[in-house]
Amino acid sequence: MTPLERAFREERAQVVATVARRLGDLQLAEDAVSEAFAAAAATWPSAGVPDRPGAWLTTTAWRKALDVVRRDRSAPGDPVDVAVPPAPEPGLDGEDDVLQLVLTCCHPALAVEARVALTLRSVAGLSVAEIAAGFLVPEETMAKRLVRARTKIRQSGISFELPGPEGLPERLSSVQAVLYLVFTEGHLASGSGPAVRADLCEEAIWLTRQVHRLVPDDGETTGLLALMLFQHSRAGARHDDDGRLVPFADQDRSRWNARAIAEARALLGTTGRGPVGPYQLQAAIAALHAAATSADDVNWSRIADLYGLLDRMAPSPVVTVNRAVAVGRADGPRAALALLAPVLADGRLDGYAPLHAAHADLLERDGATDAAIDAWRRAADLSRNPAEAAALERRATGA
Amino acid sequence: MQYLMLLTIDPAASDSADAARPDDWNAYTQALIEAGIMVSGAGLQGVETATTVQVRAGERLLTDGPFADTKEHLLGFYVIDVPDLDSALDWAAKVPNVRTGSVEVRPVMPTAEAARTDATAAAAAG
Repeated sequence: MTPLERAFREERAQVVATVARRLGDLQLAEDAVSEAFAAAAATWPSAGVPDRPGAWLTTTAWRKALDVVRRDRSAPGDPVDVAVPPAPEPGLDGEDDVLQLVLTCCHPALAVEARVALTLRSVAGLSVAEIAAGFLVPEETMAKRLVRARTKIRQSGISFELPGPEGLPERLSSVQAVLYLVFTEGHLASGSGPAVRADLCEEAIWLTRQVHRLVPDDGETTGLLALMLFQHSRAGARHDDDGRLVPFADQDRSRWNARAIAEARALLGTTGRGPVGPYQLQAAIAALHAAATSADDVNWSRIADLYGLLDRMAPSPVVTVNRAVAVGRADGPRAALALLAPVLADGRLDGYAPLHAAHADLLERDGATDAAIDAWRRAADLSRNPAEAAALERRATGA
Repeated sequence: MQYLMLLTIDPAASDSADAARPDDWNAYTQALIEAGIMVSGAGLQGVETATTVQVRAGERLLTDGPFADTKEHLLGFYVIDVPDLDSALDWAAKVPNVRTGSVEVRPVMPTAEAARTDATAAAAAG
C-alpha cells in the first residue's frame, strides 16, 4: 500500500467528517476532499509525504472548500463579504466527527438505499462506480441517488451534531441496519457475479469495526460485528472448487477461518452489560454453529431456543423459518412443519427461496417425497444466486 | 430553521381511543408557545367544506372537494422554528393526530431576506 492509499483508507472518513461538520454541507465537503486527494497524488510523490497526512489533507480540503464558498457568496452586487471560520484543528474532535458522519449518513429521515449509498461513499470512500456495481444499478442512477440524499441533508436541516444520549440508541440501530444490509448484499453475491459485490462483506466489516471502536459499550454494535465475523469466517467453505454452493451442513469446517471465529467469540464475551438485542442473539446462534465439530454435533435445541427468543423480540417470518429449521433438527420434522404452517399460509414469504428450501427438507425427512420435490423446485426457481439455485435443483432430483 | 407540519387524519379512525381530543390540541399548542417555537398554525373545517380552484386557458374551474382525493384528509398545520430536523421530528411525533393520522414535516424555503440575515450572523460568528 502506498502512503496515499493508506491515507485514503485510514484518514479519508475523518477528513470528510471534520470538513463536513464545520461546513454543514456534505456535498461541498466530499468535493473538497476529492480535490485534496488529487492534490496529494500530484505533490506527495515528489515533495514527500507530510508528517501528518490526515492534517495535511484536512487543511488542504478546508482551503479548497473555502475557495468554493467565497466564489459562491461573492456574486456581483452582493455587498456581504462573508467571513469564514478558521481552519479546523485536525484530530481534535476527530473521533466524534466520524461517528457523527456515520449517524448523518444513516439518518432515519433518508431512504434506506440512500443511507447505504452515502455510508459507502462518504465513510468507506468507495467510488460511485464501485457502489453502483455493488448494488447492480447504473452508475448514473447511483450518482443521482447520492446527490439527492446530500441535498436532503442540507435543505431539510439534518444536523451534523451528535444526538443526545436518549437519541443515540435509535440512531445507532439505523446504522447497524445499514451496515448489515451492506454485509448481506455481499454475502448473497459471493461466489457469483463481480468481485466488487463480494467485497461488500469486507467493507461492511471494516465499517462496523470503525463504529464499534467509537461506541465500544454498545452491545448491539458489538453483536453485529461478531455476527458478521462468524458469517464471514465461513466464506472459504461456502463454495467447492467448481464454484458450486456447498450447503451449510456439508461444509468442510477446517476451511472456516478460525481466527475470525476466535475474534467474534471474544467480542461476544464483552457484551455482558446492557440489554441483549437481536444482533447479539444472532451472533450467539452463529457461535453455537461455530462451536460444533461436525454437522451432527450442533446443539440444535439451544439454537431453537435462541430463535424462539429472537422471534419474540423481533418478530419476523424469516426468523420463524430459521427457528423451524432448528426445531426440525432438535425435535424432528413434524414439530417444525407445524411452526412453518402459518408462515406458508401467510403468503408474505412466497417469494423467499429459503422458506421453500426449509419446507422441502422437512417434507423430505417426513417422507412426503412428491411435495418435497415441488418445494425444492420452487426454492430453486426463486433463488437469486445461480450457485444456490443449482444446489437446490440437485436436491429436487435427488429427493 | 422553520418547518411546516402538515397534519392529516384518517376519518375512519376518528372513533379510535387514540384519536385526538380538543384538550390534546390546546395542550400541544400551548407547549409550542411555551417552548418559544410557535410561528403559526391553524385547524381546518372538515374536508366537505373544501372547494378546489384551477384556472385553465384563462377560465376559472371550481370543483367541490379537496384537490387530492386520498384516504387521509388535511386537518391543519403548524409552522415551528427549531434548530434542526431532529428537533422538528421530535415535535412532530407529539402532535395529537399522529397516533391515528400522519404528520408531514417539510422545511420552509428561506426568504431572500432571511438568507441574508443568516449570512450576516455567520459572518459575525466567524
